[in-house]
Amino acid sequence: MEVCGTHTVAIRRFGLQRLLPAGVKLVSGPGCPVCVTPDSYIDEAVALARQGVVIASFGDMLRVPGSRSSLEKERAAGADIRAVYSPLDALQIAAETGRETVFLAVGFETTAPGIAAAAMKALENKLDNFSLLTALRLVPPALKALIAVDTGLSGFLLPGHVSAIIGRKAYDFLLQHRLSGVISGFSAEDIISSLLLLLEMHNKDIYKILNNYPAAVRDSGNEKSRTVLAEVFEPVDAEWRGLGFIAGSGLNVRPAYAGLDSRRRFTIKTESASPQRGCRCGDVLRGLIDPPACPLFNKACRPDQPLGPCMVSSEGSCSAWVTYG
Amino acid sequence: MDKVLLAHGGGGSKSAELTRRVFQRFLHDPLLLEMDDAARLPGQVFSTDSFVVKPLFFPGGDIGRLAVCGTVNDLAVMGAEPLYLSIAFIIEEGFSVMQLEKILASIARACRESGARIVCADTKVVERGKADGIFINTSGIGRPLFKKPVQPSRVRPGDVILVNGPLGLHGVSVLTARGEFGLKGKIKSDVAPLWGLIKKCRSLDIPFMRDPTRGGLAQTLNELAQGKKFGVRILESELPIPRKVAAVCDLLGFDPLHVANEGKVVMVVARRDAAKALKMMRSHLLGKDARVIGEITSENPGRVTMATRTGSERIVMAPVGEILPRIC
Repeated sequence: MEVCGTHTVAIRRFGLQRLLPAGVKLVSGPGCPVCVTPDSYIDEAVALARQGVVIASFGDMLRVPGSRSSLEKERAAGADIRAVYSPLDALQIAAETGRETVFLAVGFETTAPGIAAAAMKALENKLDNFSLLTALRLVPPALKALIAVDTGLSGFLLPGHVSAIIGRKAYDFLLQHRLSGVISGFSAEDIISSLLLLLEMHNKDIYKILNNYPAAVRDSGNEKSRTVLAEVFEPVDAEWRGLGFIAGSGLNVRPAYAGLDSRRRFTIKTESASPQRGCRCGDVLRGLIDPPACPLFNKACRPDQPLGPCMVSSEGSCSAWVTYG
Repeated sequence: MDKVLLAHGGGGSKSAELTRRVFQRFLHDPLLLEMDDAARLPGQVFSTDSFVVKPLFFPGGDIGRLAVCGTVNDLAVMGAEPLYLSIAFIIEEGFSVMQLEKILASIARACRESGARIVCADTKVVERGKADGIFINTSGIGRPLFKKPVQPSRVRPGDVILVNGPLGLHGVSVLTARGEFGLKGKIKSDVAPLWGLIKKCRSLDIPFMRDPTRGGLAQTLNELAQGKKFGVRILESELPIPRKVAAVCDLLGFDPLHVANEGKVVMVVARRDAAKALKMMRSHLLGKDARVIGEITSENPGRVTMATRTGSERIVMAPVGEILPRIC
């Protein structure tokens, strides 16, 4: 399983899945931040946008359908929603407009330290109109939940960027389940050599976590980033699309920084609606099915009118299957 | 569809949807429905385009140069010599006259380069906040000079696909010029009038010719293949994508094939004419890096595929919605 959405896209872009020897199959994992974010989160963001709050978000989130609307539609209806590439851009918006600005803090261990640093900067600059609506997720707890049931997986292609923060040792738990992992970069050569390492271990019945991306990843990861992250955020149980609630798999703003937490700053009322019928994003995210096995795939659910998040996000596996074939 | 979204203006499949589901219900002249870059009238071609780029000035060009080149190139890829242009300005109250003069100087220069004359013009000023600095529309009339009409229905399997130089420069230039991404380093836009180059090839039979602007090469090739009995196959190893463009795209998660060009032309010619076409293109400054990037195939009808560097193959889709807002 390639855990990371960026790997899914790279594999399809290079066409590597067509070059695999018989008997080897790659399945996509839950490593696309937009994909694993539940509907209810979009509903919260939409509700905040309707309160007249400026919403700053990574562009990918705008088209994700919530249960009734999307941020893209709210923007066309007049809400102030801005696509940004960095949480620091959101800080700047807060400083320039003087209006309540909410940054949609979505992502894994890779983006969380940057968001924490931006939050600290907001405090430093005494910006009291900036807050975070968090849906940050942690990779190891999700992998633990995934392998708790028999998946038929023989090994993991582990995410290069996330590993740069958490380090190689963070995956040692895989070994107890007799599963190997190779941390990989994102070039075709990186991925091919990592797959070779995985296959070699598999064939020799060896179980190890190897670091095949030493330029960016150390055994213990980036402690400085983790310190910044831990200053602002604390682990909480969190909902993943497809995987349900996983203990300790999310990050929330610590109570000490309550002012930075949009959920404490605003009253957010959302109406729940039934989830998209027929959408099997959840099963895709667990590697249980390939995208074409979903009845909506490339029929009702297409890149130009996505119904499920795996089709919305450019890193989603459904989108990668349609886009690159 | 109850509201127009930014994605509807991106030039990809969302734009096509807006055109099909809204515009064509009311406007359906047969000439319009041909959906070419310009309309073929008896003895002439006619085209129009509006320009809303942000920022107004970027390395290698500005909104004025873009406004002239955009329409001139739409005429040129129909095999027509651009003759007359109209130009209309919508200017926001408070706009600097010095900036306006800079834009006008650039318009005059681009006209000299392309040989087209601006023969009618209009200006409107709107209240502050009702436009973003300046918007420009140009329309143009050209005279077809190619012996055989540029007509995609004459494309055949075995034909080859050519492009005149590096891809992705305009979109990436405008993007980095915005400074929104903390990206430094100047990448010059390729914005240029193409008629000089295209004229060199006028003795050839060119069944398909397009400027891959919004939506990039992927959009242009998909328009070529869509609904046809042939497929389009390009070679990753032959695509001229500058390292700087590839680096920015990698960083921001864009496909360089989706990024706009404003001084590029994609041509399809019979294989036997390929060498001649390359020679003609290379005899012009804008064509010095011309090369063959792919071919028309009988396999995969209606689709665009790419032979990857790793020896595999993948699909090349047109972009869906808003890639980079307001690049032209």
